[in-house]
Amino acid sequence: MMKRPPHPRALPEQSEWTFELIEQAHEEIKRVAQGFGLDTYPNQLEIITAEQMMDAYTSVGMPVSYNHWSFGKHFLATEKGYKRGQMGLAYEIVINSNPCIAYLMEENSLTMQALVIAHAAYGHNSFFKGNYLFRTWTDAEAIVDYMVFAKNYIAECEQRHGIDAVELLLDSCHAIQNYGVDRYKRPAKLSLAQEQQRQKEREAYLQSQVNELWRTLPRREEEEAVAQAPTRFPPEPEENLLYFIEKYAPLLEPWQRELVRIVRKISQYFYPQRQTQVMNEGWATFWHYTILNQLYDEGVVGDGFMMEFLKSHTNVVYQPPVHSQYYNGINPYALGFAMMTDIRRICENPTAEDREWFPDIAGSDWKKTLDFAMRNFKDESFIAQYLSPKLIREFHFFAVLDDDKNEKLNVSAIHDEMGYRYVRQQLADQYNLGNREPNIQVWSVNTRDDRALTLRHTQFNRRPLNQQAHEVLKHVARLWGFDVHLDTVSPEGKLISTLECKREKRGRII
Amino acid sequence: MTYLIDRRLQGKNKSAVNRERFLRRYKSQIKDAVGRAIKGRSITDIENGEKVSIPVKDVNEPSFGHAHGGVWEVVNPGNQEYQKGDQIARPKGGGGAGRGKAGNSDQTTEDDFIFELSREEFMNYFFEDLELPNLVKTQLTATTDFKTQRAGYTVSGTPSNIHVLRSLRGALGRRIAVGGPSRRQLAEAEQELETLLLDGAPLDAPRVVELKKLIHHLHTRLLAIPFIDPFDLRYSNRIKVPKPMTQAVMFCIMDVSGSMDEQRKDTAKRFFILLYLFLKRVYDKIEVVFIRHHTAAAEVDEHEFFHSRESGGTVVSSALNLLNKIIDERYGAGSWNSYVAQASDGDNWDNDSVLCRQLLVNTIMPKVQYYTYVEITDGPPQNLWEQYAQVPDHHPHFAMQKIVTPADIYPVFRELFKKQPK
Repeated sequence: MMKRPPHPRALPEQSEWTFELIEQAHEEIKRVAQGFGLDTYPNQLEIITAEQMMDAYTSVGMPVSYNHWSFGKHFLATEKGYKRGQMGLAYEIVINSNPCIAYLMEENSLTMQALVIAHAAYGHNSFFKGNYLFRTWTDAEAIVDYMVFAKNYIAECEQRHGIDAVELLLDSCHAIQNYGVDRYKRPAKLSLAQEQQRQKEREAYLQSQVNELWRTLPRREEEEAVAQAPTRFPPEPEENLLYFIEKYAPLLEPWQRELVRIVRKISQYFYPQRQTQVMNEGWATFWHYTILNQLYDEGVVGDGFMMEFLKSHTNVVYQPPVHSQYYNGINPYALGFAMMTDIRRICENPTAEDREWFPDIAGSDWKKTLDFAMRNFKDESFIAQYLSPKLIREFHFFAVLDDDKNEKLNVSAIHDEMGYRYVRQQLADQYNLGNREPNIQVWSVNTRDDRALTLRHTQFNRRPLNQQAHEVLKHVARLWGFDVHLDTVSPEGKLISTLECKREKRGRII
Repeated sequence: MTYLIDRRLQGKNKSAVNRERFLRRYKSQIKDAVGRAIKGRSITDIENGEKVSIPVKDVNEPSFGHAHGGVWEVVNPGNQEYQKGDQIARPKGGGGAGRGKAGNSDQTTEDDFIFELSREEFMNYFFEDLELPNLVKTQLTATTDFKTQRAGYTVSGTPSNIHVLRSLRGALGRRIAVGGPSRRQLAEAEQELETLLLDGAPLDAPRVVELKKLIHHLHTRLLAIPFIDPFDLRYSNRIKVPKPMTQAVMFCIMDVSGSMDEQRKDTAKRFFILLYLFLKRVYDKIEVVFIRHHTAAAEVDEHEFFHSRESGGTVVSSALNLLNKIIDERYGAGSWNSYVAQASDGDNWDNDSVLCRQLLVNTIMPKVQYYTYVEITDGPPQNLWEQYAQVPDHHPHFAMQKIVTPADIYPVFRELFKKQPK
């Protein structure tokens, strides 16, 4: 092999990092990333210890968060795993904020630091800035400020009302935090200044809304006629349980409504992340791979660097087969990286098959195509759009139908000519949130006598609810303050079963 | 624009609060777990924390999810042999490849949630419901302790207690109050003068001159109001509140004779270290007296007691005599709560054990609140144990326990110092 002349800005072949070397590596990565046209928020790289990494890990990946026992539980679990050496800490946590915060752990080698910079500070960062879900749902400018506000507000509530009261309320909110999102309404942007300005008004306003709903005073003449007609409340089913509770729960104090709101807002902020895991990790992994390879080709990094990098990279993108003991579902890094790489391949070296399947992207400019894919899809639609037969063959994907009416499982499609489209559709559906989470909405409220709240679970593929449903219902009842029913209905609207949770204790939530 | 920030020196333990919240919430479960841990296996050392486990279902955070049932169609990677239309037998346990995994698993696994408690946390749980039994509050006129408390402000006191803020606040109020009428007159006079001059009154008009004199006079009056006056001074007031004193003394008696081999001495020392930690943690005023004996007994300090090495034969009564002497000299007259913890291997010079029993029953037991004896041995009980076993018939506040292995230290300790039913 020819020995290359050394590059003038080559990184030294050493594993120890220094601040100067990290800055140098970052400069090179930045140059290459901009050369590829990645558009990012400004970066803030923070050197932290393993312990601080565990902290970051447990406070839901936020630089600040309010205090709650469940974060302590996660911390203890993480700490245990880390001390036992069962798991390495994820070497990348990145915060969707402006500037985008990426953490570098001090015990990492220079190679790993470069990998994390490329992966988080350029990969994830550009995804946060570009993908439509994040643009719609999150406000990178305001999130850190909002978390500080939430932390302080909740600490204040603890002082005023006692830790227990706040903790119980947060427990209940956490139990339904996945039901705190308007999936079909574009949310209002969240900004701290407005938030604080409106908070006071909101308390008064919310209370007046609630009072109107539960009014028991005799009505005036002209209202009489209107009141006679039996009205449904809510007029339309409401999918956002936390919002509904914040707005209409009869017994909540203003500060409790504010807490419900905080949990709802934070949950909303993470909503895009739950729907773009494959894409987001795939995108970041693709870019760290591409950028570092480019640096290697230029001679900025050497062979030793590359060996260490590839070892770690291959570990990340490994997909154990279904019969392996390590199989734990599809590895989003593996699938995402494979798809991003495959899109580039289809653009640069399309085969006849690709031209048939992807006529509009085969042979196009790969940077533009990949950028378009990153911006306009979520996992579900991304897979439905871009999963190629070649990848289905490489992963040996096959679909298995498990119907509890049948004695046996049935292989419904494999990676062959007849199965490609079917497998692709099935895999895409697997990433559909509606498929993953039960569809539960507020159905009605009995405004006339016992104030009971009825939730409706519309069954998907006859799947039952898990055993925790009753526990969750207790939490809903605690927030609502009166009885709560949960009706399970078939897609046609036929009642299948019902759960209920009675409030023994009338009165305010303690 | 990129920032590279070194955060390593700040913000450690961000999760400390959350950790403490977790422990607080599961206090009762953790206490049970600590109880189990000290019963179940040997705790290697007092210096270490402890791994505890609580059932997973208790710390579960529930959420809505799908259970297995109905129709699941799942895509898996790594097909090796299947063709379309193949029938596969259902895997055992209803599970199988590609179960929907949503957050918390639905099957309550039998796994426990296991985590590490630090030494500090562990000790807190361990000592939490222990106490020195029969502690009596003895209030002595001679040595009654006073606790000082803040009690508002007074108008007299020593200069060192001047409360500046209050004093200046008073001064400001006084200046406003005293100067009020003059200031009002001044404002009126100035107003009048201004209108006169605006109306074109000459400067030597009598009214103008008069007003100017008045204004000057009022200014002087206002300036003469003292900025601060003894009348304004406020002093922080502290009052003394009598505090009933509980005086307690703990005697630690350890046998260091030749028959106590290294391992037993080690066990005894650990027992006393635990006792010492307990006392220091739970009682802020308690005296500890260390007595060590072989054929002769000596009072030593803490360091000597735990670290020095000497040995010889055994005469237990020597220690009891010394104990008696110390109680009479320094802790007598019924004003002290005295406690004794004695550790020995039960080996004693034959004729001495009877003497020990007599000493205890007749002399020592009436003077102490509680007497604990631990025997560190794996053999059959010897004469000392048999003699001691008769003491509780006369004095119920005598307790004895046997320690066989180091693992017994914690349970025995708890047994000896558990809260007595009142």
